[in-house]
Amino acid sequence: MNWLVALPEIALAILAMAILLVGAFAPKPGAFRLASMLSLGALLITTGLVAVAPQGIGYGGLFVADAFSRFVKVVILASAALAIILSLDFNEREDEMARFEFPVLILFASAGMLIMVSANNLMTLYLGLELQSLALYVIAAFARDTLRSAEAGLKYFVLGSLASGLLLYGISLVYGFSGSMDFSRIATALLAPKPSAGLIVGMIFVLTGLSFKIAAVPFHMWSPDVYEGSPTSVTALLGSAPKVAGIALLLRVMLVPFGHLLPQWQLLIEIVSIASMVLGSLAPIMQTNVKRLLAYSAIGHVGYALMGLAAGNANGVTDTLVYLATYAFMALGSFAVIIAMRRQGRPVETIADLSGLGRNDGALALVLAVFLLSMAGLPPFSGFFAKLYVFLAAVHSGLWTLAAFGIITSIFGLYYYLRIVKVMYFDAPAGVFDHRAPSLSFVIAATGIVTTFFIVVLGPVTAAAQAAAQALLG
Amino acid sequence: MPLSVSHYLVVSAILLVIGIFGIFMNRKNVITIMMSIELMLLAVNLNLVAFSGALGDLTGQVFTMFVLTVAAAEAAIGLAIVVTYFRNRGSIAVEDVNLMKG
Repeated sequence: MNWLVALPEIALAILAMAILLVGAFAPKPGAFRLASMLSLGALLITTGLVAVAPQGIGYGGLFVADAFSRFVKVVILASAALAIILSLDFNEREDEMARFEFPVLILFASAGMLIMVSANNLMTLYLGLELQSLALYVIAAFARDTLRSAEAGLKYFVLGSLASGLLLYGISLVYGFSGSMDFSRIATALLAPKPSAGLIVGMIFVLTGLSFKIAAVPFHMWSPDVYEGSPTSVTALLGSAPKVAGIALLLRVMLVPFGHLLPQWQLLIEIVSIASMVLGSLAPIMQTNVKRLLAYSAIGHVGYALMGLAAGNANGVTDTLVYLATYAFMALGSFAVIIAMRRQGRPVETIADLSGLGRNDGALALVLAVFLLSMAGLPPFSGFFAKLYVFLAAVHSGLWTLAAFGIITSIFGLYYYLRIVKVMYFDAPAGVFDHRAPSLSFVIAATGIVTTFFIVVLGPVTAAAQAAAQALLG
Repeated sequence: MPLSVSHYLVVSAILLVIGIFGIFMNRKNVITIMMSIELMLLAVNLNLVAFSGALGDLTGQVFTMFVLTVAAAEAAIGLAIVVTYFRNRGSIAVEDVNLMKG
């Protein structure tokens, strides 16, 4: 048995438990910072192990490590590390947030996400997904003396559990009608000329459950509330790594075990994608809260990322992976700017609070403008290439309606992104923000550089994504 | 009349629907929602065990054990979040969970 294929996950889980012990015995005031630093080290070690761990199928077919999982894992680990760096300063300024459990829970969630993207069996899929979700429910409610955070945690828990229930019901039907939980055996069972109705119903339940987890329309209703209510350092994590892991998992599940059912699910994915893009371009117009606005914008981005899945070929998978990689950095960067919005020690999060930022803090305004224009899909930022790629993938697969909706919703989306830029540069200044911590400036600068100069690494990233897509479908 | 796998499937589908309705139709108490979630998971377990028996394959029963374990963890975390919410709000009525309109 080739147990080394899961080396990064095993190492991350053991390190997380060790850090939990260190945190419990460390002196109280410094425990949070110590645990955060150790967690960053653990993520770094895990990234190294992802690079060197052998590839292949292990644990009796339960677990697979290939170029696809490697690509996604690096993005997930980088996002989790940036989220921990973001929380360093934010959690210490908030009441009762600087507790050492926070980075440890992020590590457990990351371990769950790594297992999700390496799942080669419905059981592994479910256990990875639950490990991720259970850790995320807790950190959504982490500011336990704040009603908004508790409410966010409660809503996330109820709707997340509902999603898990639907997913599980789908898994049970797929198991019953195909006779196996193994991805390759399910694919073989589906080769039959007429797949049974039970299998298709099961697949639709699985698709529904996973759509809940990535907040695609019509299963998105929890996400704006959870994004708004959670502490911003948590929102930054929720908006990046779990989306990447969820969409990567959806890619693998739809294309490997259910690949032969492409004609049955292609239209569903198209509808979900179009609905997400339309909601993501219209709903943010009415929002006044920046976190809520970004939640709707994230729903739209899920729609764009699903265009590559709707294409259903290696080309589409490549483009979705590039989209996920660029989106994770844009999202983390924009939430980092929201964390920097703080006056007299209190966080502020409405669009009006950004008024005149261009005059008060030119650098911060410039970086936020870069993120917003990149999300809108303007060249030369990373979001432009990502959107261009998924549109091309849709066109190459003959999905003209999908591509047309993508372009139209991008134009509508431009309106609310540019509105924020206008507020920052042309409205009367609303007062200076508090001084930023160096850790926050570091994340803003790093994500800003990646977003602005993505064209430099476009070639290597696309090549890696192509290798990943080949590994998935080859 | 001997019991076939389809009888189990019907019972489990009914349980699942009761669970889903319990989450969406319920306007009273968050604890009821948690019971509905448990009901959904038990419907799934029934399905898995029935299929496992019909197929003569143990995977379904192994998975049932995992689902039971995860359900216990989920209930613990859910109750912890409900306690946190109650401390802040002084109520766990579903109609009071309305600070943010979604």
